[in-house]
Amino acid sequence: MKTLAPLLIPLTTIGVELIAVFAALVLFAIFLAVVGAAPFAVFADMVQGAFGSMFSVQNSLSRAAPLMLTALCTALPARMGLVVIGNEGALLLGGLAAAATAMVFHGALGAGVLLPVMLIAGAIIGGAWIALAGWLRQARGVNETISSLLLFYIGLGLFLYLVEGPLRDPSSLNKPSTYPIGDANMLGNLPGMDVHYGLLFGVVACIAAYVLMEHTTFGFAARVVGGNVRAAQVAGLPITRLMLVVCGLAGAAAGLAGAVEVVAVEGSANATLYAGLGFAGVLVAFVARQHALAILVVAVVMGGIEASGGVIQRRHDLPDAAVDVFKGFLFLMILASETYVARAQVAVQRWVAARVVVPEPPPPGPAVAVSAPSSSSA
Amino acid sequence: MNETLGIWGVPLAMVGGMIRVSTPYLFVSLGETLTEKSGRINLGLEGTLLLGAVSAYGISYLTGSPWLGVLAAGGCGVLMGALHAWLCSRPRVNDVAVGIALMLFGMGLSFYIGKPLIQPEAPLLPALELGSWSSISAVRDALRVNPLFLLGIALAFVLRFGLLNTRWGLTLRTVGESADTARALGYSVDGVRMLATMAGGFLSGIGGSFLSLYYPGVWNEGLSSGQGLIAVALVIFARWDPIKCLYASLIYGAAGSLGPALQSIGVEVSAHLLAALPAGLTLAIMIATCSPERKLAGAPAELGVLN
Repeated sequence: MKTLAPLLIPLTTIGVELIAVFAALVLFAIFLAVVGAAPFAVFADMVQGAFGSMFSVQNSLSRAAPLMLTALCTALPARMGLVVIGNEGALLLGGLAAAATAMVFHGALGAGVLLPVMLIAGAIIGGAWIALAGWLRQARGVNETISSLLLFYIGLGLFLYLVEGPLRDPSSLNKPSTYPIGDANMLGNLPGMDVHYGLLFGVVACIAAYVLMEHTTFGFAARVVGGNVRAAQVAGLPITRLMLVVCGLAGAAAGLAGAVEVVAVEGSANATLYAGLGFAGVLVAFVARQHALAILVVAVVMGGIEASGGVIQRRHDLPDAAVDVFKGFLFLMILASETYVARAQVAVQRWVAARVVVPEPPPPGPAVAVSAPSSSSA
Repeated sequence: MNETLGIWGVPLAMVGGMIRVSTPYLFVSLGETLTEKSGRINLGLEGTLLLGAVSAYGISYLTGSPWLGVLAAGGCGVLMGALHAWLCSRPRVNDVAVGIALMLFGMGLSFYIGKPLIQPEAPLLPALELGSWSSISAVRDALRVNPLFLLGIALAFVLRFGLLNTRWGLTLRTVGESADTARALGYSVDGVRMLATMAGGFLSGIGGSFLSLYYPGVWNEGLSSGQGLIAVALVIFARWDPIKCLYASLIYGAAGSLGPALQSIGVEVSAHLLAALPAGLTLAIMIATCSPERKLAGAPAELGVLN
């Protein structure tokens, strides 16, 4: 029992979140019943469509990959006490940077060289974009939540302008796009799978973020800033530099996500890239409670839900927005469950404290003296 | 029109466009001002706006009365606002994250409801012909104004007066400036925030009904160009002042209508860059006026996101 005690707190958290998932399922079942669908058949097909076959698992993992990276854009700064929500802007500009790099170096660099250069360009631009939000906070006191949101709008405007204007491939008629990066430069699939390397990037980035933030002095310093800025100042920590590096890494993850979408899926930068992956990443980070390893699990579940959209559209004649409704229920319930997590943790701690047999020191002398009069009075 | 008016056609077309484009901004920003004055931020107004747009269109189509549609849109907004306020009143629940979740939820729900509404044509809101005295068609076009716009202007003045000079306004500002003070005075902080967020949702829903029932006057999934999200920036731009919200909405509307107006005389300016201009302007103003030592003038002290 005593050895289990440290595990009980995370288990309690997961338990509360699972109850929230169940509540979301109940709400979605009611919704489905109201619109005239059979809830349980839909659920069964959703599981089937998400993880029921090798094909669907791979589909889910492909959709999870960008979410892992964009979620880090919120989760890393969150450890420093920052709330960054401009992930979408970093993603769009990262994708654009990758496509523009291909246009600049087309023919000059071999396929094996151009590909990493594109990915690095995407990460650098994305990183610079979010680092700007971090810098504005430190230098000018501009709130990073609002500035990253505004930077998203500016980034979206730049992205659409460049894709439909100066960087547009004239032959892309119906769907304005940049010049294609070329089949030879596309990012391939993981060996033996129908999932591109972006999944590997996402997994490695999440593990690296976990190690960096939880097991290095750098991460410790960043968390001290997040816990108490005063204490960090007194300890002489380089707060501005820490903030710039953490925001830069966060933006680099989102920028990389955009670059991967371009080099592995789209083949060019176009408006399809603006699909809400960044905003979904914000919620993935919150649902994962800003924990880098938990992001891996949450992203795969979210990827699965998205992958299941097509199946329930075909089999149940439900619009593809049905899974968006479900995701909405899910996010709302899990965010609301936050309030019960703390309570449940306290309750579990009390329960453990009451039951764990702690070897107590032998009762002091007076205890015997107290029992004596009581027995005499009986 | 340009044969008769020449270069004057551009400002005239801009006035008309400005009025049309600014109306949803006006309603959403007035709503968000009320919510933020109570000390809470609602980032979910994009979802509310779209849900308002689709419900207005649907109700107008089913009942034949566009004004019932506007009311339904406001009702949906109240429900969304109540949901946001209730979730955020729980301890430890983050209002920024709940806002984004409500944005995605509202978008998903409105796209779901709206699937069968893309084809049918619903009765639209009538316009007031304020330019009927003129014989020039461009003037008549520019002054064809929707009653909601005039209602919005009146509302901006009413809200400004109410916030500064009434007991309700004082209570709302007290809750937004210091929740502890409000509690000590015996006011229910959560109750006031609930009402303020519901009122904010009501106005945002009406802003959405303007999109689907007047301009552009259709329902499709690309109807909103982020008016709900940008409203948050707009409120900061306007320093939480309803009258300045009106000016800010007109500026945003002008930026939005500059592109088409210039296009009509053959000048091509990227609509996307113009659309990003207000956000850039807001950021520039924040950079110029914020400092690490003090908060923005006019910002409610309880607004966690800005401190």
